[in-house]
Amino acid sequence: MSDTSKTISKIEIRGLRKSFGSNEVLKNISLDVAKGGVVALIGPSGSGKSTLLRCINLLVVPDGGSVRVGDTRFAFGDGSKLPDVRTLAKFRATTGMVFQHFNLFPHMTTLQNVMEGPVTVRRMAKADAEKLARAQLAKVGLAEKADQYPATLSGGQKQRVAIARALAMEPDVMLFDEATSALDPELVGEVLSVIQQLASEGMTMVIVTHEIAFAREVADRLIFMRDGVVVEEGPARQVIDNPSEAATRAFLSHFHRTGALPPANATL
Amino acid sequence: MYQWDFGILWSYRWLFLNGLGVTVGFTVVIVVLGLVFGLFGAFGSLSRFKAVRLTALTFIEAFRCTPILVQLIWFYYALPILAGVEMTPITASALALSLYGGSFYSEIIRGGIISIDKGQSEAGAALGMTPGQSMRRIVLPQAIKRMIPALMNQSIIQFKNTSLVSVLAVPDLVYQSQVAAHDSYRPLETYTAVAVAYAAILIPLTIIVRRGEKRLAVSE
Repeated sequence: MSDTSKTISKIEIRGLRKSFGSNEVLKNISLDVAKGGVVALIGPSGSGKSTLLRCINLLVVPDGGSVRVGDTRFAFGDGSKLPDVRTLAKFRATTGMVFQHFNLFPHMTTLQNVMEGPVTVRRMAKADAEKLARAQLAKVGLAEKADQYPATLSGGQKQRVAIARALAMEPDVMLFDEATSALDPELVGEVLSVIQQLASEGMTMVIVTHEIAFAREVADRLIFMRDGVVVEEGPARQVIDNPSEAATRAFLSHFHRTGALPPANATL
Repeated sequence: MYQWDFGILWSYRWLFLNGLGVTVGFTVVIVVLGLVFGLFGAFGSLSRFKAVRLTALTFIEAFRCTPILVQLIWFYYALPILAGVEMTPITASALALSLYGGSFYSEIIRGGIISIDKGQSEAGAALGMTPGQSMRRIVLPQAIKRMIPALMNQSIIQFKNTSLVSVLAVPDLVYQSQVAAHDSYRPLETYTAVAVAYAAILIPLTIIVRRGEKRLAVSE
């Protein structure tokens, strides 16, 4: 790791370990993300990439190692006691997460979904939260859907609302967990273009994805994981175009690696 | 052929009305108390702590797996002897019926809560909510919608179960109609009228709840 990433890294993970029962999912993972950096995590299913992502905001509590985001650092394992629920909640409020299956709140309108974090967690006044939420919805191009319930939206629209909901917390870091994997192919582009816009605005992001061409375009670093270890890591284009490990080559051979991104408003 | 004569019941109208009042009042008390016990039972059985889970489970199964008639008699006759707790028939039957109903409500509430996709509370947690906040704001509002039909069903059963308190001489509708039947030698008319009275209260209630469900379903 370079000296610059050490001094200004936004996310720092050291020696992370996690097991589910006898299944060791993460084996001594270390990772740095620079401020404003975009890291793509790729790998076959079961490689541990989603678990790693969930360890960054402690949705999954690691068995060992340490996690730091911004100025907050947690150590796990022998002798360190688990953070209490309030400390965890406060920490998670500073990281935004977008899920594969959107996980929008079905009993709330789109606007209420986006307002929920600011109102309940940040104790923002309703009027201020509504202003913020409308701005975030406009940013993802869904201002006119504010009063609709999630059930009436397409998958791509749902995921954009989920991004707006995460952004309304004004997080330092955004985590994307296969944000386009549950979408119909023609809806992938609109979500990717929102993520790309965030990247260009300098948001620090970790993206678990199967969209290799997108990772090549948007991420500055790429990490290939398999069986709970980092197999290869480096600048995204370099790893994708000239993987040095056989396992990375084998995995990447399943994908089209280059080519244009799906357009935002693709009509097939 | 039996000659029906419902006219004879008119002279017992105050007895019936009195009994009906006791039955309805009793139901209100045991449904409300039962829901309170049910909430404790449900959250207890979902607790992080094993001792709390075990306590809740013991309560639920003890009342769910024994007959309510036995519980009523046990609370009134056995508790004073075993624990020295003297209770009026009304207190004993209200307590027994509330705990009995509460054990079933517990399972309905617990089932409603765990039926909500784990992704919902995860999304709440990811926004920075505490487990309590995500339970109140995200999980419960969705779970309650799913619980309503089953809670209503159990409350209907509770309403009808109040008829059992007549064994402890609580003057509910069934107890009063026993009095009327013995007095008038007209048990057929009396119990038919009682059945009609129960249905006349319950059927409009079920219609109201069905309508409410439809309105709640709009946002899904």
